[in-house]
Amino acid sequence: MTIPVTLPRPEARVNDFVARFANVNGTGSASANFLFAKAIFRMGVPVTPKNIFPSNIQGLPTWYEVRVSEKGYLGRREGIDLLVAVNAQSMKQDIASVREGGYLMYDSTKKLAPDLIRDGIHYLGVPMMELANENFSNPRQRQLFKNIIYVGALAILLQIEFSVLETLLKEQFAGKEKLIAPNLKALKLGMEYAREHFDFPLDFYLERRDLIRDKIMVDGNTACGLGAVYGGATVMAWYPITPSTSVAEAFEKYATKYRVDPETGKNQFAVVQAEDELAAMGMVIGANWNGARALTATSGPGLSLMNEFIGLAYFAEVPAVLIDVQRAGPSTGMPTRTQQSDITLAANASHGDSKHPLLFPSTPKECFEMTAACFDLADRLQTPIILMTDLDLGMNDHMSEPFQWEENRKYDRGKVLNKEELDAMGRYGRYLDQEGDGIPYRTYPGTHPTKGAFTTRGTSRDEYAVYTEDSAAYKRNMDRLLVKWETTKSLVPKPQLYQETNQSDWGMLFFGTSTFSSEEARDLLAAREIQLDALRIKAFPFGKETETFIRTHQLVFVIEQNRDGQMRSLLIQEMQHDPLRLVSILNYDGMPITADQIALKIADYLKQNNAVPHDLSETFI
Amino acid sequence: MTYLKPLFRHPRLPKNKLGYTLKEYEGSISTLCAGCGHDSISATIVQACFELAIEPHLVAKISGIGCSSKTPAYFLGNSHGFNSVHGRMPSVATGANMANKNMVYFGVSGDGDTASIGMGQFVHAIRRNLNMVYIVMNNGCYGLTKGQDSATADVGSASKSGHINPFQPVDLASLAVELGATFVAQSFSGDKQQLVPLIKAAIQHQGLAFINVMSPCVTFNNNPGSTKSYDYVREHMHATGKMDFVPQQKPIQATYAEGTDTAVTLHDGSVMSLHKLAPDWDPEDRLSTVNALQQARAKNEILTGLLYIHTGYGDLHKILNTTDTALNGLTEKNLCPGKKTLDTINAGLR
Repeated sequence: MTIPVTLPRPEARVNDFVARFANVNGTGSASANFLFAKAIFRMGVPVTPKNIFPSNIQGLPTWYEVRVSEKGYLGRREGIDLLVAVNAQSMKQDIASVREGGYLMYDSTKKLAPDLIRDGIHYLGVPMMELANENFSNPRQRQLFKNIIYVGALAILLQIEFSVLETLLKEQFAGKEKLIAPNLKALKLGMEYAREHFDFPLDFYLERRDLIRDKIMVDGNTACGLGAVYGGATVMAWYPITPSTSVAEAFEKYATKYRVDPETGKNQFAVVQAEDELAAMGMVIGANWNGARALTATSGPGLSLMNEFIGLAYFAEVPAVLIDVQRAGPSTGMPTRTQQSDITLAANASHGDSKHPLLFPSTPKECFEMTAACFDLADRLQTPIILMTDLDLGMNDHMSEPFQWEENRKYDRGKVLNKEELDAMGRYGRYLDQEGDGIPYRTYPGTHPTKGAFTTRGTSRDEYAVYTEDSAAYKRNMDRLLVKWETTKSLVPKPQLYQETNQSDWGMLFFGTSTFSSEEARDLLAAREIQLDALRIKAFPFGKETETFIRTHQLVFVIEQNRDGQMRSLLIQEMQHDPLRLVSILNYDGMPITADQIALKIADYLKQNNAVPHDLSETFI
Repeated sequence: MTYLKPLFRHPRLPKNKLGYTLKEYEGSISTLCAGCGHDSISATIVQACFELAIEPHLVAKISGIGCSSKTPAYFLGNSHGFNSVHGRMPSVATGANMANKNMVYFGVSGDGDTASIGMGQFVHAIRRNLNMVYIVMNNGCYGLTKGQDSATADVGSASKSGHINPFQPVDLASLAVELGATFVAQSFSGDKQQLVPLIKAAIQHQGLAFINVMSPCVTFNNNPGSTKSYDYVREHMHATGKMDFVPQQKPIQATYAEGTDTAVTLHDGSVMSLHKLAPDWDPEDRLSTVNALQQARAKNEILTGLLYIHTGYGDLHKILNTTDTALNGLTEKNLCPGKKTLDTINAGLR
């Protein structure tokens, strides 16, 4: 069955378009493209840029896609309105990707080959190389300013305010003032050329708004690194892996800035680049066991390697914080493309009966606050906590609510006994459940000369941490861990409900970076009289809100970015729901899911199952 | 073997300067085979810590998996222990050490744990010069899974079942020297006289102190034809010297005859004195240690004693320039940059 790719939208052409830049990586295009996106942001208009890049350092095609949406839709949508094609390698494919009636900007220094001429789109030739060569002598500058020249042309065609661009360039080159003038010159070259040669503005363009307010623009990995600094992490152990590397880099950057003792010049943190992910996880466990807050950041392949250690930390009850920036798997998969496909791996990481709390941020603000929250949760629950982010959120800049921190917020270090408390009590038992919440008391090494010491191990032991292979003692411990799991449900972030009471028999359930496209899809469907209730999951284990939501809807569409419907499996596994009630809406091509895909797949499902009385296909064409 | 440890101790057991007797340094009863060399090593650790008057609770014991890795439960019962996963003791020790620089770290491992599954972590702990004592209880076989050859078994060595090992051994001491370890020693579980001063010096050493201890497996590798049996090791041991450890607190009384004796001053001022038996060997010269090890190997000798020491190189904390307060002792005041800073960061992202 074929379904249309895009959904028609009302013809609001102000502040509503998708521009895509096709570049060669390693040519300095990233900063020019970011300048374009940031200028729109500064004009008060919601914008989402996404990098689509190869697993390569230099020479392969790379794209930068900018969605502009007055309505504030931050997910991807289908249909490219404007394509800036400056990569000969991908030119043919790029030209084909422009929507009917859209625009193609290209370097007209050389004439386009006849096979690159397509009907139904507008060609905007700007002699970028020629202009750069005529005006700049340094070969590297010629290359770089070619990019700034097309930004200049776009400024005229789309009505980007020059003063905004000028300010941004001045900020970017603060300290390197010599570079400001040639950059401005390149910008003006592009502007002049466009003014002289094209009708402007295009039939979609920008207008200043006040829709950004105090929002920030930042990538999720930076937010995670900063969250770890605020959350009190002192040890970071990691191994380089795309797309998580910049979490460690951000942690080190912010710690170097804010955590150096001003008196001694010494570091109040330690970052160790480990020999592999196993060692990184071992270090995190060792440090947490010894009373420091420690974290690691990794992606699917690293998480696979850490499995044995995660099981140890679960069973031995050692806190740990992991940030999994998911990418397309399995195996090496597509290292630079996004997915939400480590969910079942993370939820049940390691052999034996083991399960782990997962947190699902969808914005940089949530990356920041959930990373900090992970440390409190890990200490409170004495178990590994995994933050499930992904390449889309981690490596792309996102418009986000600003980071927030309550003044004088105290860390929750959980149940830890100090020397005085040990002195005041009878026999200490590391795995005794004193309060009935399944969480026992721990002691840090070195607390007391004669009391409170024990051996931590992955082998079965009794309540006093004494090695035993007694079946009853083993079972008591495993059952207590389930009590702790119940406690966990009350501590992890609650889901977001989009309605106070049910409005529909159908619901949609989503999480993480599927959120924005799902919200937009919900609006697209509502405009076609298909009402859906919605719930966003923020954590595993699921609480009763999620349970109720599924139970009180006939059908729940579970939207996720993997092939096997992993979140759906987890919902069925944990809550024994009728699998027929949960319908997967999936995307797993490595690209962030689009609103159009979600809406069309849901509509198609409803039509196929005669759930809607009218013929939906007509409403879509 | 007995499973009960007698509670009775001689009322006039000698006390160290903390007022502790040996009893305060003991652990629970060993579940290893009677006569296991590993138990002798545990007793030696107890003795060394007692003599150095170390606060037992300021020691952390970390191990991997295997017979050797069970031993931390059998010494220093007032210390926290961590019996982690196979081959990964070094990473857990690294994390623990990062969290609190003001404790003594004992890493206990075996030849399977270090020379096979944990080889990578062994190498990298050495590279980082982690401040710890790294002891390998080396019996040339996998005891806990009933005697399979390990990577340190010599070519031609026979196991109990008669199987002849066809593969080249990993020589952990040579490798450690090669990797730039700052303290490398080798000993025999039956030689308490040599092992006690070695462990004391290893504790005082500021950096990774590696001790490879031949510790024959009485059950699976103590047969004729094995090069890790008690008889073989005893007959083929060749001590680099007679050694004594002089803590910083005591005046140094030893006198050294020129040419044969050497004294190495450790970081804290304590002294390792060595009465050398090999005239050409210098424990502070890596090349000469490599030569001595290779020559011994050619003669089927097991060179024991302190093989190499370098005291001038900083440990991981020094390399990372960490603050003097243990990281696990820092609070919100030191750790959290606060709301105002966050507002500035937000402003920079607009």
